[in-house]
Amino acid sequence: MKIENIKSQFPIFSQKINGKPLVYLDSSNSSQKPISVIKRLNDFYKNEFSNIGRSIHSLAVNATNKFEETRMSVKNFINAKSIDEIIFTKNATESMNLVATTFGQQNIEKGDEILVTELEHHSNYVPWHFLRERKGAIIKFAPINEDGDIITDELKKLITSKTKIVAVTHLSNVTGTIVPIKEIVEIAHKKNVPVLVDGCQAVPHIKVDVTDLDCDFYAFSGHKVYGPTGVGVLYAKKKWLEKLPPYIGGGAMISEVKKDKIVYTSPPEKYESGTMPTAEVIAFRESIKFMESIGMDNLIKHEDKIKNYALEKLRKINSVKIIGNPKNKAGVIAFTIQGIHPHDIATILDDDGVAIRAGHHCCQILHEKLNLTATARASIGVYNNKDDIDMLCKAINNCKKIFD
Amino acid sequence: MDLKQLYQDIILDHGKSPRNFGKCAGYNSEAKGYNPLCGDLVQVYLKLNDKKKVEDLTFEGSGCAISMASASIMTDLVKGKSCEVAKKIINAFLKMIKSSSEMKSNDLDNDQITKIMSLSGVKQFPMRIKCATLSWHTLISAMEGKKEEVNTEVID
Repeated sequence: MKIENIKSQFPIFSQKINGKPLVYLDSSNSSQKPISVIKRLNDFYKNEFSNIGRSIHSLAVNATNKFEETRMSVKNFINAKSIDEIIFTKNATESMNLVATTFGQQNIEKGDEILVTELEHHSNYVPWHFLRERKGAIIKFAPINEDGDIITDELKKLITSKTKIVAVTHLSNVTGTIVPIKEIVEIAHKKNVPVLVDGCQAVPHIKVDVTDLDCDFYAFSGHKVYGPTGVGVLYAKKKWLEKLPPYIGGGAMISEVKKDKIVYTSPPEKYESGTMPTAEVIAFRESIKFMESIGMDNLIKHEDKIKNYALEKLRKINSVKIIGNPKNKAGVIAFTIQGIHPHDIATILDDDGVAIRAGHHCCQILHEKLNLTATARASIGVYNNKDDIDMLCKAINNCKKIFD
Repeated sequence: MDLKQLYQDIILDHGKSPRNFGKCAGYNSEAKGYNPLCGDLVQVYLKLNDKKKVEDLTFEGSGCAISMASASIMTDLVKGKSCEVAKKIINAFLKMIKSSSEMKSNDLDNDQITKIMSLSGVKQFPMRIKCATLSWHTLISAMEGKKEEVNTEVID
């Protein structure tokens, strides 16, 4: 399949929005789904449905096997060492809450420091704030420069003997900054500080190799990787999963239950209590297959081409300002138009069938740093092409005309 | 209503030249409203006389065109009304924007109803309703002399 024709694999693009062809530029929020993923969900519910891991009838065995096949696919896709290091959650937010809660319970005391960055999404800040509230921990923010890059020298200085964990995004959902995680992990590990990476935006758009990065925790969501909602992934080094306390208690995470004693099972099941999003996890395998069928090199090349075209065209529009100019930028383009509020931009663009997002994108700290209350954001997915960008620019010009 | 038409009407009429913008002389109540999702900020200045009549009503603020236009229309319509009538108008507006298809009020003339209905287009965008209601909630707060800031994420 040629990457240029990939749109045809996504049924959503066959419909019209407000009478116009859909130009979807909100993939950083959530991606659209290829037919293979939709079909797999449908087929599973229609012909194969059963819960996993409990019963021993044929349907249950098949479902359990299929569920574990996805775990294997995820393990290979991000190059983890073992399938036992892959935990399914409901989304990346839950993955990060899982780490903050269990790691915090065991390792964080009053006065201990947690180092995050000014780029973080609220989901990689609020769970740590809980520890500030409950345990009296201190949260520090590694600063960014005006281009939107983390100042790694400053980050280095902020790691003290009190720092217990560094939590950092791999790819900013506002500026598109690709963060040098490997370098940050090296800095932190030299001081024996573990690192959690929020990989939500990175996994769909750049190569992720957790073994090479050597991070301790890596969280991402399936729905941004062309997969179903309700599936999140937490990669964690085995030593942590064995050492940390469990998160949610109930069935499946126990090996023995007595009136006076409970023994927990081993990871990954230790962290997968209750009925999991079975169909969604199984269908998520098709998302990974979809990514693999394109090939990350091809995908990156394509998205880079569209991003560069978009930046070039947007820069030519008078009064459009692109937010952030990081050294390595992915296809996440936050912008403002002088004199037009981002929410007005988004509402008016929608009328032309162009779907973007407006607001602070769950990054209020970053917007405050940039002295902005909100931005408009166009984010690129594998299905976008130059026509989409032309339509975006045309819609922006239409929007400007209303306000002129 | 066609969305672009809505924008064109509102922007041309109120967004670009908002009525009653600034602090009015001799105001005796003020309230602040904030929409953290958009960053819309509205400050309402109210001058009530002895007979509980809205003698003057102005606003200041920054935000999207819908929030600014809504505040501008509101000040225009409520000024000169008694506190009791003002509250009726506010409630009728909030009802219209949230659930009802029309605006019922015996206290406004047809022109005024048409003006207020120009905001009804936001109903198809639930995310934007808070932009339109912010200043109205803030006015209630000013009338009731409440001290705390109105926050669209806290109110209904």
